[in-house]
Amino acid sequence: MVAIRVIPCLDVNAGRVVKGTNFVDLRDAGNPVEIAKMYNIEGADELIFLDITASSDKRAITLDVVKKTAEQVFIPLTVGGGIRTVEDMRTLLKAGADKISINTAAVLNPNLIHDGSRKFGNQCIVVAIDAKKDGDSWVVYTHGGRIKTNLNVIKWVQQCVELGAGEILLTSMDKDGTKDGYDLKLVEEVTKVVTVPVIASGGAGKKEHFVDVCKAGASAVLAASLFHFKQLKISDLKQYMKQNNIEVR
Amino acid sequence: MNKKIAIIDYGMGNLRSVSKAVEFCGAQYDIITESAQIKNYTSIILPGVGAFEPAIKILKEKKLDIAIKEHILNKKMFLGICLGFQLLFSKSYEDGLHQGLNIVEGTVEKFVPKRNERLIIPHMGWNKIYISKTNKTVKEMYNGIKDENYVYFVHSYFCKPIKKEYIATTTNHSIDFCSSIAIDNVWGCQFHPEKSSTVGLQLLKNFVSKCEGQNGSN
Repeated sequence: MVAIRVIPCLDVNAGRVVKGTNFVDLRDAGNPVEIAKMYNIEGADELIFLDITASSDKRAITLDVVKKTAEQVFIPLTVGGGIRTVEDMRTLLKAGADKISINTAAVLNPNLIHDGSRKFGNQCIVVAIDAKKDGDSWVVYTHGGRIKTNLNVIKWVQQCVELGAGEILLTSMDKDGTKDGYDLKLVEEVTKVVTVPVIASGGAGKKEHFVDVCKAGASAVLAASLFHFKQLKISDLKQYMKQNNIEVR
Repeated sequence: MNKKIAIIDYGMGNLRSVSKAVEFCGAQYDIITESAQIKNYTSIILPGVGAFEPAIKILKEKKLDIAIKEHILNKKMFLGICLGFQLLFSKSYEDGLHQGLNIVEGTVEKFVPKRNERLIIPHMGWNKIYISKTNKTVKEMYNGIKDENYVYFVHSYFCKPIKKEYIATTTNHSIDFCSSIAIDNVWGCQFHPEKSSTVGLQLLKNFVSKCEGQNGSN
């Protein structure tokens, strides 16, 4: 059986990890390459870099971060943030990314999912979805959660897979930052309609939450601040998951 | 004869992670694109991510298929990774039926969920390898690697060799499939050693030292 993946997400701004400034053990607290190396040692199964650099002229720095990380950390690396074209994807893949995550660009131009997966394979294209509860269903938000669309999450996720998405990174905006657990219902509903892996994101606050969301159908679990601020060590989390009959590496 | 490892670039997928991992294992490498270059090397790696048909088409157009077969017939070291492993087989059922290099007799087939099974495809993530006890070359390939170690996979099709004795490891994803082969000088793995952390790097180190051993005896 495939093991559940535990994935730390690093927000990178102009070459520095933004949420990781509380590290005490590292010489260079915000250096993404050093943080990536440490997570690799702790047992992270994959890394996601989210480029939150606002200005386009600083994108080259992110590219350099990807390059340097891929030279030293030999686990899968997903990069997202600000990717708008197949050419953007190619540049990142060449730098050493294994997968590309697209969010707003996929909503604005769904063909990008198709074009990217045709060019680089389905496994390369991760569609990130920011979902927010709206009555009985969930609505897709774009632009880092600032703009509400008229897309229904369940319908959108199906369309993404039809277009060639190889994986879904599903973030609950309602749960994000609350630390009171993932949106289990959302994960359940989404994993009911697609058979590609779903990475659950938003709301992790303690070890139990990870076990719950795996039982709800997630193939991978993502967290950011919980790992960055050392509230939970990946190795301890995996130990706990294993004790609860979740297969982990 | 060039003792560096030649990594074949035929436009399918990202070579950088493979080359960086090889470098990390202490070996020197060249990235080559032409079939005429292959005869100058004692060891080659055929990586690859993507679909079978465009890959075999490029190999044939560039006559890399013939050069690779010659290399293997001359008992020189070869490692195929992921698509580069699948291409070794006789034929693939990915998007139709396509002839492969036919170095290993067998087929490449799609994962199909059993009745009422929710099977995640692509098979993506870390999964266990079960190491063969009957294959001789396997000791060299898996030196320092334990049974049931985890390695990283990303694929929707799997290889099915006719000769079971070629199988070096199996992995379970709905069925037990062949996750790597070892036939003297021909090594191939469905998983990505270059993305499989210490276990994968160990396999690459084993390949590098086998290549060095071969060079030493020349």
